Amino acid sequence: MIYLQLFLSFLQIGCFSFGGGYAAMPLIQEQVVIRHSWLTMDSFSNLVTIAEMTPGPIAVNAATFVGTQIAGPLGAIIATVGCILPSCIFVTLLAFIYTKYRNLAVLQGTLASLRPAVVSMIAKAGVSILISAFFVNGVFSLALENISVRMVIYFAASLVMLRKFKMNPILVMVLCGVCEVAAYAIL
Amino acid sequence: MQEKKSTILRKLFFSTLYLSAFTFGGGYVIVTLLKNKFVDQYHWIDEEEMLDLVAIAQSSPGAIAVNGAIVVGYKLGGIPGVLVSVLGAIIPPMLILSVISFIYDIFIANPYVRSMLNGMKAGVGAVIMSVVYDMGSTIVKKKDWIQIVIMILSFILCYFCKVNVIYIILVVAAFGAVRTILSERGKKNE
Repeated sequence: MIYLQLFLSFLQIGCFSFGGGYAAMPLIQEQVVIRHSWLTMDSFSNLVTIAEMTPGPIAVNAATFVGTQIAGPLGAIIATVGCILPSCIFVTLLAFIYTKYRNLAVLQGTLASLRPAVVSMIAKAGVSILISAFFVNGVFSLALENISVRMVIYFAASLVMLRKFKMNPILVMVLCGVCEVAAYAIL
Repeated sequence: MQEKKSTILRKLFFSTLYLSAFTFGGGYVIVTLLKNKFVDQYHWIDEEEMLDLVAIAQSSPGAIAVNGAIVVGYKLGGIPGVLVSVLGAIIPPMLILSVISFIYDIFIANPYVRSMLNGMKAGVGAVIMSVVYDMGSTIVKKKDWIQIVIMILSFILCYFCKVNVIYIILVVAAFGAVRTILSERGKKNE
């Protein structure tokens, strides 16, 4: 029952991604790549790239993309509903409690403790994407012929552009893409 | 609020639709724009309440953009408001990604497109690592050793031990809730 599986997977992603944007990434990776093998790590990295380039939350983008790929438009709708349903219930409930009691201390304290864990999980997803970019067959190995030197250079250059020159992240990504297209056309 | 309910719902829908379609750069951006629209432009929510609503949106699970739409929708239109603003928030990304998904196979077969995406992957990795660095250094600067330990332990557990991230979140959330409740109680006793 693919629809049910899609729904349950994205329900979990919706339930447990605390801290916005990038925090959903490791959960999506866990469900979609590791647990169900709906996407390869390579397609997952492409999905993250596409999600960064388009408006909208990454979880909704991923739900639509994976749903469509696996089970067509109905799959997309079911996955998206799964990923926003926990928000709808939980946030509405909180908004209701808030308008009655106006105390958010426990909630914010819990989130503050979660933040470091979320940072680590984002780092994990980032490292996976970098490994799939740096190594020719996506497997970590220090053999020189397996390392894509161009990618390492793009990565280093991007870091400089982002941190030192505070360039727009989307522009940085597009520049990396353009360089690789140029490299492909020339070599 | 003198306006009719149907007018409010319609404005809610089109505001979230518009913001969601044109907001690049993640949830925090859309929350700021929601504030601009509903606090500064329409004057439907006051500033302080908006800050609390944003706190709810950010502390809850799920996408911040969707959560932001929900709190504003609830505040302005109750449950119908929630439905209308959530629809507005998810329609644009759904449409865009459906189109991309349909053409993905043809798209990805093209060597130029594949090179473009491959190159961009290195850029995305850099963007993510830069975000991690910013968030991580904020935590390290607080010099709260419990938070630093949580950060290191969770990385080891999820990266090297391959522990499901959901378990890590559950344990850390429970720990954080207990810790906050205890320290709140401590404050009251002082």
